[in-house]
Parts: sequence; C-alpha cells; structure tokens
Amino acid sequence: MTDQNLTVRFFARLREELDTESLELPTTPGQTVGGLLSELAARGGPWAQLQGEQPVMAAVNQAMAKPSTPVMPGDEVAFFPPVTGG
Amino acid sequence: MISIQTEDFDVGAEYEALRASGSGTGAVATFSGLVRDSGDLSGVTGLFLEHYPGMTEQVLQGLIDSASQRWDVRKARVIHRVGRLALSDQIVFVGVCSAHRGDAFAACEFIMDALKTSAPFWKKEITGDTEHWVEQKDSDLDRSKAWK
Repeated sequence: MTDQNLTVRFFARLREELDTESLELPTTPGQTVGGLLSELAARGGPWAQLQGEQPVMAAVNQAMAKPSTPVMPGDEVAFFPPVTGG
Repeated sequence: MISIQTEDFDVGAEYEALRASGSGTGAVATFSGLVRDSGDLSGVTGLFLEHYPGMTEQVLQGLIDSASQRWDVRKARVIHRVGRLALSDQIVFVGVCSAHRGDAFAACEFIMDALKTSAPFWKKEITGDTEHWVEQKDSDLDRSKAWK
C-alpha cells in the first residue's frame, strides 16, 4: 500500500552522486532518520557516503531533523549536504 | 514576502515597495548578494543554484518571524534566485524596514546570516570546464551562531 511507504528525497551533490532524486521505501515500526540513513548507507558504493566523513543533513516533512527523529508512513524524508545559499 | 525565482529582480522597485510600508517607517536596510569570480575555486564563470521547494519558503518565513520577534520589523522582503546565474548576476535580496536604523540593520543582517546556514539552497561553481558543489564555510556558521 502506497500510504505505508515513505518518500526519500536527495538534493545537490548527494542527488548527483547517488544518481537518485527520490525513492519510495516501506516503513518499519520504530524507524528513525538515523536508522534510515544506516539502511541506505548499507547499499554500498556511493551510498556509503551517507555515513562517511562528509556531514549529511536531514529533514522530515520539510523541517530540519535529527538522527533520533521518528519516521512514519507517508512522511517525506530528505537528505542533503550542508546548505550553501545566499 | 518571499520569492524564489529564476528571474532577476529590480532593487529600486523592491526599495520603493519597502518605503511604502507606512508612515511609521523611518529606515530601510537592504542587502544584495552577487555572483563573484572566486569562491572555493578561482576563475568562476557562473553558478548553478538548487533548492528544496516548499521547505525553502517555510525556513525563510521562519527567519522573518524570528526577526520580527526580536526587532521592530514593519515589513521584510526576501528574494533568492535559483538555476543558472552568470558573473555579477544578483543572487539574493533581503530588505527590512523599521522605525529606526538599528533594528533595520540588525534584522537585515540576521536574516541574511541565518539564510546562509539554514535555508536549503546549494550552490555549484562553474569554471571553464569544471563544476564544483560549494562547501559550507565555518565563517558562515560562526556568523549565524553569533545571533543566538
């Protein structure tokens, strides 16, 4: 069921290096931003950088999130490099 | 008011709109940021700017709200361009009007400093044949933290 899924979006350098703009993933009970990041990093290759030396920022439903932020079905999670606008 | 746009903007028109904010306004402070020829790389010929639609507007509105709680802000305007920009192009505009200059200066600088470290925009520098995603600067983080 689609509404049990979450959407994961990537921006800037991560979007390019992962060659992925967004993913639909099933949610698991008790899932957090940090858990999701580990799960994605375990895919290996370019995905390993999600837990590499370069910092990765996260947002849940378009608000800045921490590794402990819970992730629920229907949420929009985003991962991106530190911001550099202005 | 917040605008995220690919088009250029007219600082004169923005200033006039701020100036028309009411008879209690005694000061207008504005800032414009431009594309420079050197950043992380030298010989920069242009920039590409990406943003997170939706979240960007929410973050910027939050910054205007925070500024309005700390200072006398009669009206605030933020414009940020995205997409491909050339050397010397305007990137960003922040304008604030207040009763007095102190509040106008402070609120304008706060919004700009906080935008640099919290609004989801990313800059890619373009030189003749290379492209480079700009790294966040410690100096920008320090400026932003100084307002806390």
